[in-house]
Amino acid sequence: MTAPSKEFMEMKQKAMQITGAEAVIRSLLEEGVETIFGYPGGAIMPVYDALYDFDKQVRHILTRHEQGAVHAAQGYARVTGDVGVCFATSGPGATNLITGIADAMIDSTPLVCITGQVASPLLGTDAFQESDVVGISMPVTKWNYQITTPEEIPTAIAQAFYIARSGRPGPVVLDLTKDAQFGKVDFTYKRCEKIRSYVPEYPLDKESLKSASDLINSAKKPFLLFGQGVVLSGAERELQEFIEKAGIPAAGTLLGLSALDSEHELNTGMLGMHGNYGPNIKTNECDVLIAVGMRFDDRVTGDVKRYARQAKVIHLEIDPSEINKIIKADIAVLGDAKKSLRMLTRLVKRQEHTDWVNEFHQAADIEDEKVIQKDLFPVKPGLTMGEVVRMSSELTNNQSVVVADVGQNQMAAARYSKFSKTRSHISSGGLGTMGFGLPAAIGAKIGAPDREVVAFVGDGGLQMTIQELGTIAQENLPVKLVVLNNHFLGMVRQWQQLFFERRYSFTEMVNPDFVKIAEGFGIPGKQVTTREELKVAMKEMIDNPGPFLLDVLVEKEDNIFPMVPTGASVSDILLSAEE
Amino acid sequence: MKEEFIISAYSENHIGLLNRITIIFTRRKVNIESLTVSESALRGISKFTIVVREERSRVENIVKQIEKQVDVLKAYFHTNEEMIFQEIALYKVPTQALMESDQIERMVRKHNARILEITKDYTVIEKTGHKEETQELFEGLNKFGVLQFIRSGRVAITRSANERLSEFLAERDALLASIEMKSN
Repeated sequence: MTAPSKEFMEMKQKAMQITGAEAVIRSLLEEGVETIFGYPGGAIMPVYDALYDFDKQVRHILTRHEQGAVHAAQGYARVTGDVGVCFATSGPGATNLITGIADAMIDSTPLVCITGQVASPLLGTDAFQESDVVGISMPVTKWNYQITTPEEIPTAIAQAFYIARSGRPGPVVLDLTKDAQFGKVDFTYKRCEKIRSYVPEYPLDKESLKSASDLINSAKKPFLLFGQGVVLSGAERELQEFIEKAGIPAAGTLLGLSALDSEHELNTGMLGMHGNYGPNIKTNECDVLIAVGMRFDDRVTGDVKRYARQAKVIHLEIDPSEINKIIKADIAVLGDAKKSLRMLTRLVKRQEHTDWVNEFHQAADIEDEKVIQKDLFPVKPGLTMGEVVRMSSELTNNQSVVVADVGQNQMAAARYSKFSKTRSHISSGGLGTMGFGLPAAIGAKIGAPDREVVAFVGDGGLQMTIQELGTIAQENLPVKLVVLNNHFLGMVRQWQQLFFERRYSFTEMVNPDFVKIAEGFGIPGKQVTTREELKVAMKEMIDNPGPFLLDVLVEKEDNIFPMVPTGASVSDILLSAEE
Repeated sequence: MKEEFIISAYSENHIGLLNRITIIFTRRKVNIESLTVSESALRGISKFTIVVREERSRVENIVKQIEKQVDVLKAYFHTNEEMIFQEIALYKVPTQALMESDQIERMVRKHNARILEITKDYTVIEKTGHKEETQELFEGLNKFGVLQFIRSGRVAITRSANERLSEFLAERDALLASIEMKSN
């Protein structure tokens, strides 16, 4: 038998090659990607063409705007813990992703965004739909990279997923020129396991853990703050075991909220500007403050010069750059929250701080009397956001995934939802992106199809991404959308009332009929204006097997309290506008 | 209190990294006094030397942010006392001024500078040293009319013996291996 000719071998070799575009899809499959959110266009068309052959393996969700795609990918990532993936074309497609990428960066959400780019010979020529995506996204990505040859694709995608999901997660952008998509490559894939210049997490320092446990053991009034780091490292059980053993009251940041059961006896509520009364004032009374996987956002700390000055601070954190960034830590424990907490639980003594815990209960009673009762059982005829949220929570047995937009609706959702499962609260924390709620709920529902997903949005935020009702309709996603409609940009109006002498400058909104709009998309809906209608309508919404929009007309000029005014100390928290 | 610090960062030699590093300063409104980038002793690894006047705590945070960049291997900061550093300056003076008296020549000798090129119209003088030294020569030469002047960014190496990049890379490999072992 004669050896095959050189020409035959070359032909065979070519036959085994695939296009860069197909290499993209195959690489994503290798990373376990099942869902992609995106919007096609000229510069990403080869990838979309390749995707056409993989419709059995990958579900592509066509959103109505790239911003919708990236927020949906965020919702998906937050509810599943997996990397959210989105596609966009070059130029405007890519720039439309930027808000969501910035949001994901500040909220540590793992994303891989693949953007099309003009062919490499055209780079820098102001070609049609060309924008410098790598330059633009640089400050808001954990990593970004431009791919100009098909050979780079498998390695770049492997690195992108490794970087996005490891250590402190974050968004990654891969910008892919059109010629790289068309070019041919011999496809082999190897997952990335390490990068020389990148240390996702440092090994635990036993000495600092020992010092931390000594301090905790000697504390009379210890207080623990838990952030999203607990959720990201899957340390929910470790957190609970730690606080139970050491008898430490705890409070969550906005993004940490669902890491601990709302009904847990040591869970004292939410921190921050519109958080609970007890956690805020007790921050300035505790003797040891243990911060786990949180970054001392200014919405949490208020005036840092008057924040926990009396306390020794222990900071458990995976990202070295967060340590001493805002609040100086007396003891810093660098590392993954799950591992740190597990070790710390072994080292601490079993204790109870009954009197101290009771002080939180007393503060909660004050807040209940002055704020919560008024919100949940109002004497005024107008509906409050709080009672709407609480009813939803009760009707879903505190089991639903709560997605919130930004503003008063967000704070009402955070304050009045009860969480019994982790990854149940999804909102834009750091960037505060209005318009986040509706598309994020799409991603959350796709990520958690067996869970009820209820999104609370304001009338302002809804109108920023209302076109995504089209995505819900096309996919027939059973997302429940509750519009807390006060015909105002409510949070801005609240600030105008409190700090700008009621000068309501451009915050009142003339709204469309949201129910009719939903109907236009084929989504059923109902408007609620009275307390009597609310429960029936909400039950109808939850019992409805498909999507539903509930437009709830709430009190026009209601405020969210408690409130720590900007620049004030957390102990100066106000319980009402009269204070 | 603001003081002068020298930040040294070692990175993979990737496109765009200079931008990623400088925007860390831009975003915080911290002025870069000087910036030098070159290949380090190891091929493929770039070294950034950045001089800033800032408060120590701010510099600490900036260095952490630099090190957080995925492609950065390591970043340090030092006071001037902890480092040996130099800048290079080039001065162009009219050759006629050099010919008319021996003052420029004396000045060149006194400052340990040297002449790089003489033409009919101009003479180029080079001096390395600290900024004050190159500035002092500038003041002197300018009495004769400096036609052009340029000063480079600072280059710096530590006084300690242990900033050896290959050792660091070996440590890094061991660190990454230890993390892998833990996660397996």
